[in-house]
Amino acid sequence: MTSRLGDLKIALFFIFPAVIGFVAFFLVPTIRGIYLSFTEYSILGEPTWIGIKNYTAIFADELFWNAMGVTLQYVGLNIGFQTVIALGLALLMHRVAKSTFVRGALLLPFLVANVIVALLWFWMLDYQLGIVNEVMSWVGLPRVAFFGSEQWAIPTIAFVNVWRHMGYTALLIFAGLQSIPNHLYEVANLDGASPTRTFWSVTMPLLRPVLVLVLVVTVIGSFQVFDTVAVTTNGGPVNASRVIQMYIYQKAFGESDFGYASALSVILFVILALVAFVQMKFLKGNESDLD
Amino acid sequence: MTTSTISRKKPLNWRRIGAWVLVAVALAITIAPFLWMLRTALSSNSALASNAGNLLPADFSWGAFKRVLGLQTTEEAIADGGSGAAINFWLYLRNSIIFATITTAGQVFFSAMAAYAFARLRWPGRNKVFAIFLTTMMVPPIFTALPNFLMIKNLGLLNTMAGMSLPFLFMTPFAIFFLRQFFLSMSREVEEAAMLDGAKHLRIFFQIVLPNAAAPIATLALLTFIGQWNEYFWPLLVGQDENVRVLTVGLSVFKSQSPQGALDWSGLMAGTLVAALPIFLLFIAFGKKVVNSIGFSGIK
Repeated sequence: MTSRLGDLKIALFFIFPAVIGFVAFFLVPTIRGIYLSFTEYSILGEPTWIGIKNYTAIFADELFWNAMGVTLQYVGLNIGFQTVIALGLALLMHRVAKSTFVRGALLLPFLVANVIVALLWFWMLDYQLGIVNEVMSWVGLPRVAFFGSEQWAIPTIAFVNVWRHMGYTALLIFAGLQSIPNHLYEVANLDGASPTRTFWSVTMPLLRPVLVLVLVVTVIGSFQVFDTVAVTTNGGPVNASRVIQMYIYQKAFGESDFGYASALSVILFVILALVAFVQMKFLKGNESDLD
Repeated sequence: MTTSTISRKKPLNWRRIGAWVLVAVALAITIAPFLWMLRTALSSNSALASNAGNLLPADFSWGAFKRVLGLQTTEEAIADGGSGAAINFWLYLRNSIIFATITTAGQVFFSAMAAYAFARLRWPGRNKVFAIFLTTMMVPPIFTALPNFLMIKNLGLLNTMAGMSLPFLFMTPFAIFFLRQFFLSMSREVEEAAMLDGAKHLRIFFQIVLPNAAAPIATLALLTFIGQWNEYFWPLLVGQDENVRVLTVGLSVFKSQSPQGALDWSGLMAGTLVAALPIFLLFIAFGKKVVNSIGFSGIK
C-alpha cells in the first residue's frame, strides 16, 4: 500500500501551494474565460448567456479584422528583422566575440522594462526634438512622424521591440551554436567547403531545433505586444497600431464589454496554439537533413 | 620573427576585422540610446528645444533628477520647463520593491517546493501532473488576465498589494521546470542517508536540497525579480491607485499627464533612468549569471 502510493502524502504537501496557484489563477480563469466568451457581461450586472453571438459579431467586426491585420503586420516585421539580426549577432558572438561583456551589453535592453524602452524611443523618435529626426535632417532626409503617422506607427513599434529583443534572441541562438560539435566544422573545412556552404549545410540544419524554439517563443510573444503600444501610440493614429491585445484591453476596460473581450482573447489563444502547433510540426519535420 | 608570428596566426583577416566592426556597431546601437537618456536627463528642458542635436547635455542641470525625486517645488519644475505633472517617485519605488520582492520570494519558494515533489519524490500521477503544469506555459497571460481581474475584483482586492501579487505568488510553470532540472541532477546518496520517514522530507528539502541548489535558485530569483520589476499589464489593470502604483505604471501616467507637445522630456528620462537603476545595479553585480542562464533557460 505504502509502496504503491510512494511519497504521495508528503508530495501533496509540497505541491499544495503550486496547485492552489495553478487552479486559482490558471485553470479556473481559463474555464471562466471560455464561459464568459459566450455571455454578454458588462462588469456591473451578471453575465447573460448569449451563445455564439460574440463570435459572430467578431466575425463581422471591421475593427477586429483591422486589429488582426495590424498585429500580423507587426509580427511579420518584428520576427523577420529580429530573427535575421539575432542570427547575425549570434554568429558574430560565436566566431569573434564570446566575451561575457559583449553578450551582457547586447542583453541590456531586454532587461529594462518595456515601458522604459518605449519612453526612451518615444523621445528619440520625436518629430520635433528627437535625435533621430535631427540626424535625418542633417543628412537631408525629411522628418518622419514615427509614432504619429498611420504608415509608420507599426513599423516603428516593431523596430523598437527588435532593438529590445535582438540581444536576447541572439543569446538563445548563440547557446545553440555552442552545442554544435567542432569536429563537424573541421570535417567541412577539410572537404574544402566554403564558409557559406558550411553555414547552410552544417550550421543551419543543426541549429534548426533551437531556431524552432526561438521562433515559437518570439512569435507567441510578439502576438501579445501591448506595453510598447500602450505607452507610445495607444493604438492610434486612428486604428493604425491597435493590435489585438490593445483591442481586447479597450473592449474590456474602455467599454466594459467583458464578454466580447473574452471572446477576442479566446480567439487569440486559439491562434497562438495553432501557431505553436504548426511551427513545431512543420519546422521540426525536416530536422535532420544532415547525413 | 614578426612575420612568422603573423603567419602562425590565422591568415589575416579582413573578415575578422569586418566582424569586429559589426560587433562594435551592434554595441553602439545598443548602448547609445541609454547614453542619450542620460544626456537628456541632465539637460534643462527649456534648453532641449533649441539644442536638440548637441551630444552634451543642453544647459547642464540636475533639475530633472530633483524633480523626479520630489526635491523641486512645482513652481521650480514649471520654470525648468516641466509640465508641472508630478511623479510620486518614492511611493512608486516602495511599491515596486514590495511587489517585486513578494512575488519573487513566493514564486521561487513555492515553485521550489513543487519542483522538489516532481524531481525527488515518487508518487502516482507525478508525470501527468507535471505535464499539466507545463501546458499552462502555453496559455497567454492576456487570456487569464480578464477572468483574474474579475476574480480579484470580486474578492475586493482591486488596488491592493495582495490583488497585484496573488496571481504571481504561487508558481509559474517555468520556475518549476527550471528548478526541477537541477533537482533531478542531484545525487540521491546524501538524501537517502538522511531519510528515515516522511516527516524528514522537510528537513531534506531545507537542509540539503535548497542549500545545494543555491546557485540556480539565485539565478531564477534574479530573473524573476527583473521580470516582476518590469511587469506592466497586470499592475495597470489592478494597481491603478496611487497607493499601490508601481514605477512602470507611474512612468506611463507621468507621460500621459503632460499635455501633448509639452512633454517634460528631461523629467521623463530622469524618471526612466532612476526606475531602471535597480536593474542596472543588479546587472553590474550579477550580469554574468544572468547572461549564462539565458542559454540554459531558453525562455524568460
